Amino acid sequence: MALKKVKGNIERMFDKNLTDLVRGIRNNKENEAKYISERMEDIKQELRQDNLSVKSNAIAKLTYLQMLGYDISWAGFNIIEVMSSSKFTLKRIGYLSASQSFHCDSELLMLTTNMIRKELNSQNQYEAGLALTSLSCYISTDLARDLSNDILTLLSSTKPYIRKKAVLMMYKVFLKYPDALRPAFPRLKEKLEDPDPGVQSAAVNVVCELARKNPKNYLSLAPVFFKLMTTSTNNWMLIKIIKLFGALTPLEPRLGKKLIEPLTNLIHSTSAMSLLYECINTVIAVLISISSGMPNHAASIQLCVQKLRILIEDSDQNLKYLGLLAMSKILKTHPKSVQAHKDLILQCLEDKDESIRLRALDLLYGMVSKKNLMEIVKKLMVHMDKAEGTVYRDELLSKIILICSQNNYQFITNFEWYITVLVELAQMEFGSKQGHIIGAQLMDVCIRVQAIRCFTVAEMAQILDIYTSTSQFTIMQEVLYAAAWLCGEFVGELKYPEQTIKAMIKYKMLPQHIESVFIQNILKIFTFIIRKYEMNDQNDDALRICDLVCDKLNESIKSGELEVQERASTSLMIIKIVKEEFAAKNSTDNNKILEDDSNNEMNLKSENIPLIADELESLFNGELNPVAPKAQRKVPVPDGLDLDAWINEPIYDTDSDSEPEMMENLFVKSEKTKTIYYHEPTEEDIKKSREARKCEQQNNPHYLKSNISFEQPNGNGASDTYENIPVAELNLNVPLKVLSQKRSDKYLNLNAKSSKKKRSKKKKYKSDSSSDEELHPGPVIEIKRDMELPEGATLSDGDSDPSQKDDPHKALDIDLNLPAYDYSAKPETIENALRPKRDKKHKKKSSEKEKPYKGSKLKHLNENTTSNKIVKEKSSKKKSDRHKENKVIKETKEGNLLGFDDEHVEKVKEVKKEKKEKKTKDIKEKGEKKKKKSSSGYEEAIGISTPSKEFQ
Amino acid sequence: MIKAILVFNNHGKPRLSKFYQYFPEDMQQQIIKETFQLVSKRDDNVCNFLEGGSLIGGSDYKLIYRHYATLYFVFCVDSSESELGILDLIQVFVETLDKCFENVCELDLIFHVDKVHYILNELVMGGMVLETNMTEILTRIEDQNKMEKQEAGIAAAPARAVSAVKNMNIPQQIKDIKLPDIPQAIKDLKF
Repeated sequence: MALKKVKGNIERMFDKNLTDLVRGIRNNKENEAKYISERMEDIKQELRQDNLSVKSNAIAKLTYLQMLGYDISWAGFNIIEVMSSSKFTLKRIGYLSASQSFHCDSELLMLTTNMIRKELNSQNQYEAGLALTSLSCYISTDLARDLSNDILTLLSSTKPYIRKKAVLMMYKVFLKYPDALRPAFPRLKEKLEDPDPGVQSAAVNVVCELARKNPKNYLSLAPVFFKLMTTSTNNWMLIKIIKLFGALTPLEPRLGKKLIEPLTNLIHSTSAMSLLYECINTVIAVLISISSGMPNHAASIQLCVQKLRILIEDSDQNLKYLGLLAMSKILKTHPKSVQAHKDLILQCLEDKDESIRLRALDLLYGMVSKKNLMEIVKKLMVHMDKAEGTVYRDELLSKIILICSQNNYQFITNFEWYITVLVELAQMEFGSKQGHIIGAQLMDVCIRVQAIRCFTVAEMAQILDIYTSTSQFTIMQEVLYAAAWLCGEFVGELKYPEQTIKAMIKYKMLPQHIESVFIQNILKIFTFIIRKYEMNDQNDDALRICDLVCDKLNESIKSGELEVQERASTSLMIIKIVKEEFAAKNSTDNNKILEDDSNNEMNLKSENIPLIADELESLFNGELNPVAPKAQRKVPVPDGLDLDAWINEPIYDTDSDSEPEMMENLFVKSEKTKTIYYHEPTEEDIKKSREARKCEQQNNPHYLKSNISFEQPNGNGASDTYENIPVAELNLNVPLKVLSQKRSDKYLNLNAKSSKKKRSKKKKYKSDSSSDEELHPGPVIEIKRDMELPEGATLSDGDSDPSQKDDPHKALDIDLNLPAYDYSAKPETIENALRPKRDKKHKKKSSEKEKPYKGSKLKHLNENTTSNKIVKEKSSKKKSDRHKENKVIKETKEGNLLGFDDEHVEKVKEVKKEKKEKKTKDIKEKGEKKKKKSSSGYEEAIGISTPSKEFQ
Repeated sequence: MIKAILVFNNHGKPRLSKFYQYFPEDMQQQIIKETFQLVSKRDDNVCNFLEGGSLIGGSDYKLIYRHYATLYFVFCVDSSESELGILDLIQVFVETLDKCFENVCELDLIFHVDKVHYILNELVMGGMVLETNMTEILTRIEDQNKMEKQEAGIAAAPARAVSAVKNMNIPQQIKDIKLPDIPQAIKDLKF
């Protein structure tokens, strides 16, 4: 043995340690990869030795290589070996390597449970601390479950160093194993009043993180926090507490009112900028939450805005940034007070710092008016030219569109200008998503604003024209989509339809969805042209155009994309029919011309033969109206339709084997779970159901029918009269043929000129009620503001937003106030609480909770329109009673995750109302006591700055 | 929560990387690269906050960084952290390094990345701020270093000897060794 050791030591002399490795890498810059792969072999050699210190040396080197991007997961087992060493030095290396390379899905973690448990119970605080730190980086659900008791015990360790780490560790445990939260919570609460400030701070930290999800759980802690806030001297903790209050106040307005005064005191007196900033933030949150209840807090708002102005004016860019960030929060509720600082914000737009410009952009939203919109947008366009990097450009673009389109184009007085801006924007370079935004915007404006259609269509036709002819002129393809659609839909406004159709035919290699739009709209324009020819009896021209389009469609029919193919062949057939008609007509006409006078023939035709164009046009009849984004979802469920009812009764598994199989499926995903039972409909059934559907569609007022002109289902007469107002048609000269970059500027000049003439013109136009916005360079333009919605539904109808699916904290959405069991009554049973017996009880309770979620959950699924899912959901619910319990738990979890516990909360609120009142009384009493002390208390807090110097 | 702490030099070479959320190694390298590109193109007199890291985080996350001589210290944090607070924390971290290494420079970080990790572990644990009081942090680090030294004791002697030998510039020293002149007497020996 001894000999072996000596041997090991001698061999070690020639091993390279970490320093050698680093030095070697630095000396081999040219062939670093080769050098490292050689050293990797050395390391593998070393890991094969028995000597732990040799291994630890190898692991230390691996940790370094991990930082350089080398995967070291293959050495996981060796890392665990080193971790298990009895020497602190080696252990440390092992744990460090583990925290860098392990993750919660590593299978190796199973091996570490007992080792870490032993470490946690070690006499040496640093060994336990080491294990805690390392564990916090890779804790898995299993580890969390198995070790949560040990970590809980550490909360009452005699050493503050351990307590501190254990408190933070508990949060990680909660994340992975949310069931631990309930029993551990009272202990955590105790730690808020720990004698050691470090532990206190850690506990505050954990509660703050917890409060990000389901903050109402932590309302009961408000008095404790209030006390801490008034007594603590630790700025770090103060910041956290103040942040926490910011999250709590929306839930309890009375708390907010209590807070305003101490917070404003802090604002006035603190010298620590970080604290000042967080105070302002929380005051803003308070003011937002109580703004409805209280008459005015003008003074506080004023104070905040003033302080923020000081921050923004500061030479320190960080403060400037944060000031703007906080301003944007005020903007939402108190836009007036922010608008007073317009000058400052516009100034920030010129800042050299991109982060600050972005923040200023956010604020711009609230700064615009009819008067300054054009100027601001022009400024932004200049930025756009100068901007490097697509991120900022994309942001600029979306902000320009946001500003202009806000409130249904409230601030736009000259739509020609806006369209020109959009066209200019379309010619710049952006990320891929942006073209879509511009296209959608062009279409939206054109549909809503009738008066601008002529102008827009002319512009679009020009885009289509120029883009094909000159290749150096770049434009986003998505805009072509809009251009083609607009030209087709509003073909009546086209000046030279023949030219446009020819231009459109020339396009090749378009993306699929754009090409299909092209085909459809070529057909629309074609129809229009045919009508013209038919009226003027230019049969030859008509035939020529038919051939032209046919050629194009024959190309498209060969496309690999189904959608394109289908549309092309449909259109092709239609045009062929038209062509035949014309050909036939041509021959008869020719005969007739020989016999008869052409004038007579014209009359004959118009009287007797229906125009081909009429029939064609009926394909595209009807006008488009904007539909509200949520309209589809708001369609009420008709009487007698039960969405929860079975369409086909589920087929129960009679097989006795199925149950154990299900059991397996809980853990292993097998393909068997995918079996869905279909009832294969027969031919007859399909026919019947089709008939029934057609019948229903006829009677259903919400179903869009092709021929009927759309009426506003809201039946608001206002909009009807709206449309009857005679709208002044714009007499425009189509601007220059060449698309120069800065055409939009001329509208600015125009704007300036017309403002001089304004007085004489003013009488003609209805002046706006707000004095600020009397300036009207153009005529009043009607904008379709209302959107179609099913009867009885309003836009503001609350519906849940199924966002935040990736939130890692969602598991913590547990309502601690739910009477699962009275943990506060028996704090001594906490350890027991984690044992399975308790767990079962908990599960039963949760199965009772399940009911209120059910409805809303199904509704949610409906919205996603996957009826399949519902069926699956149902079948899984009903399948077997034995597994019901298991599933119920799953589902309650899901319910929690989805956050559909509103109803439930209501109930709890009622129950808890009395308690709350008591609590708030407590708060009040304590608060009043504190108030007397407060002035001195705060000064204490302020005098001691953050641990480091207040940053320079 | 802090999602990641990165230290890299002016050329983007990583000097310390600590991810509190798991990313595979190649992803980590990409994040470091992207972060470096974002941070390095900024002037020194602009603000220390940055949005727009596409690989790490999302809308809720910010990069907060400080630039010291040749090194960038970047923290990626979510909205529950105070921006100015994190800036302070970076300062505490750097000052602690300075105390531990006595005038810390990039070379210290290059050759003692493990020690830097140990120091960082006393400040931040699992993405949450553990301690901000510098004297407390230093005591803890000192204590643990003492433990290591005690353990080393005699056992580490050979290792130390080896490293001392390695650090010697042997070839040079061999050259420098002056052999005594061969006694004249020997030369004069006559047979």
